[in-house]
Amino acid sequence: MSEQEVKNLEEIFEARIARDEKIEPKDWMPEKYRKTHIRQISQHAHSEIIGMLPEGNWITRAPSLRRKVALLAKVQDEAGHGLYLYSACETLGISRDELYEQLHSGKAKYSSIFNYPTVTWADMGAIGWLVDGAAIINQVPLCNTSYGPYARAMVRVCKEESFHQRQGFEIMLTLCNGSPEQKAMAQDALNRWWWPSLMMLGPTDAESVHTEQSMKWKLKRKTNDELRQQFIDQTVPQAELLGITVPDPDLKWNEETGHYDFGEIDWDEFWQVVKGHGPCNKERMSARVNAWNNGEWVRDAAIAHAEKKQNKKLKNVS
Amino acid sequence: MKNDLYNYILGIADNSLILGQRLGELCGHGPNLETDIALTNISLDLLGQTRSYFQYAATLVEGEKTEDDIAFMRTERDYKNVLLVEQPNTHFGFVIMRQFLFDVYHLQFMKKLQQSKDETLVAIANKGIKEVSYHERFSSDWVIRLGDGTDESREKMQEAVNGLWRYTNELFQLTEADKAMVSEGIAVDVSTLKDEYYAKVSEVLKEATLTIPDDNYFQKGGKEGIHTEHMGYLLADMQYMQRSYPNMKW
Repeated sequence: MSEQEVKNLEEIFEARIARDEKIEPKDWMPEKYRKTHIRQISQHAHSEIIGMLPEGNWITRAPSLRRKVALLAKVQDEAGHGLYLYSACETLGISRDELYEQLHSGKAKYSSIFNYPTVTWADMGAIGWLVDGAAIINQVPLCNTSYGPYARAMVRVCKEESFHQRQGFEIMLTLCNGSPEQKAMAQDALNRWWWPSLMMLGPTDAESVHTEQSMKWKLKRKTNDELRQQFIDQTVPQAELLGITVPDPDLKWNEETGHYDFGEIDWDEFWQVVKGHGPCNKERMSARVNAWNNGEWVRDAAIAHAEKKQNKKLKNVS
Repeated sequence: MKNDLYNYILGIADNSLILGQRLGELCGHGPNLETDIALTNISLDLLGQTRSYFQYAATLVEGEKTEDDIAFMRTERDYKNVLLVEQPNTHFGFVIMRQFLFDVYHLQFMKKLQQSKDETLVAIANKGIKEVSYHERFSSDWVIRLGDGTDESREKMQEAVNGLWRYTNELFQLTEADKAMVSEGIAVDVSTLKDEYYAKVSEVLKEATLTIPDDNYFQKGGKEGIHTEHMGYLLADMQYMQRSYPNMKW
């Protein structure tokens, strides 16, 4: 293909996106579009899978049967989201095994939030309420993103996420209406998860390298800072409803802007976690790598058995 | 009669609870995403059944008792599950084999429970049988896949069946509560399930190219509350929250 031909294709492509048409797997797309989507969709899929670990940590210890069942269902949903997203990513011409390889080697990232430990039961509430809350703010716009398979996966993901978020808030509400010990547990969870949740919305606009391109392709509709403000504005009243305090002395309603002003995020901590040095980065990775390595004989056996069956079939036919 | 029925229901439900708890430990650690989802799904079904049984059992005793009191406030001597379901997740082969050895029994059991004179138990069985048929299909398939897979996987599955075989016979023993409820037409006489069980299990193991253990030394005690040493740790984990913070809403 000549340079001119590529340029023409690119123009047609950009025009399609501008008209809000969906791009489908067999359509022509710029290599950079393909790569960016592989990066973002796989990062999203990996986050779902790694995200099973901090919550999975409390399945055996959930305080009631009802909560245990709900937590199991939630973690199962997350595994399902991982599946949709890996499938969506595979439509871009990369295999799931390659994607896993990228995760296990540390080449691919996952959401920094899952590198924080779940130390009490209240963390199950805080994760649902705050972490899923922040995720929804990030993800709802993706239901309209330009790449069809991703957009369709997100419609399903978002429905379940909102349910999880409500479930998390309900855990917090029950704790806050409970004994003083339970309320203290909820406050402590908010204290530990508040800032990491704000960090989930990504670095400030000035530091965000992918924002401009992502806005053009409708992978993003608002900037990180806009989304973060939206998250804070919607979450602070919920904390008030719970009767617990957001751990930010600079947090204040601003009549003029109609938004909450808030304190400085510890970006050193953010980058430390992103670079692999958060509280649980090593544990999360080794759990994944161990599961993969310990499961190798199982996957090999499944393949060997499928081949045997196939051979038997062929023999019977001939 | 009420007391026997209560104990009888616990005997059934504890199997589902403890196996569900064991499967819950595996979440996020499976060999691939599909089996991870499947095992979480099975765990969820089993715990759902447990809740139905315990909610029913709670209505049979004096005073205010909830499903959570029954699950979280009994000591290991009061648990009536069979030893098989409390065995650890040693490796994926053990997980699948334990599931298979229980599911074959569980499906037969549910079919018979549908004929109980107790309407609530029939309703639970009618719902549960769909789930248990799915479990049985999943675990049988995997026993065959792994038995008749590679040399390594066959070895691992043989190790698993050899390790777990001694816990199978207990499935067919009757406690005093069982006997009392059998005579009322409420309980399943599990002793009658034995031949069909071993026939079905042997058939699958054979297809999986595994050797059926000829071990005739079996272990029992779970149904009478005499468990293996694994049980205490399992309960310590499971009951920790209710023990630390009793009488609260979650």
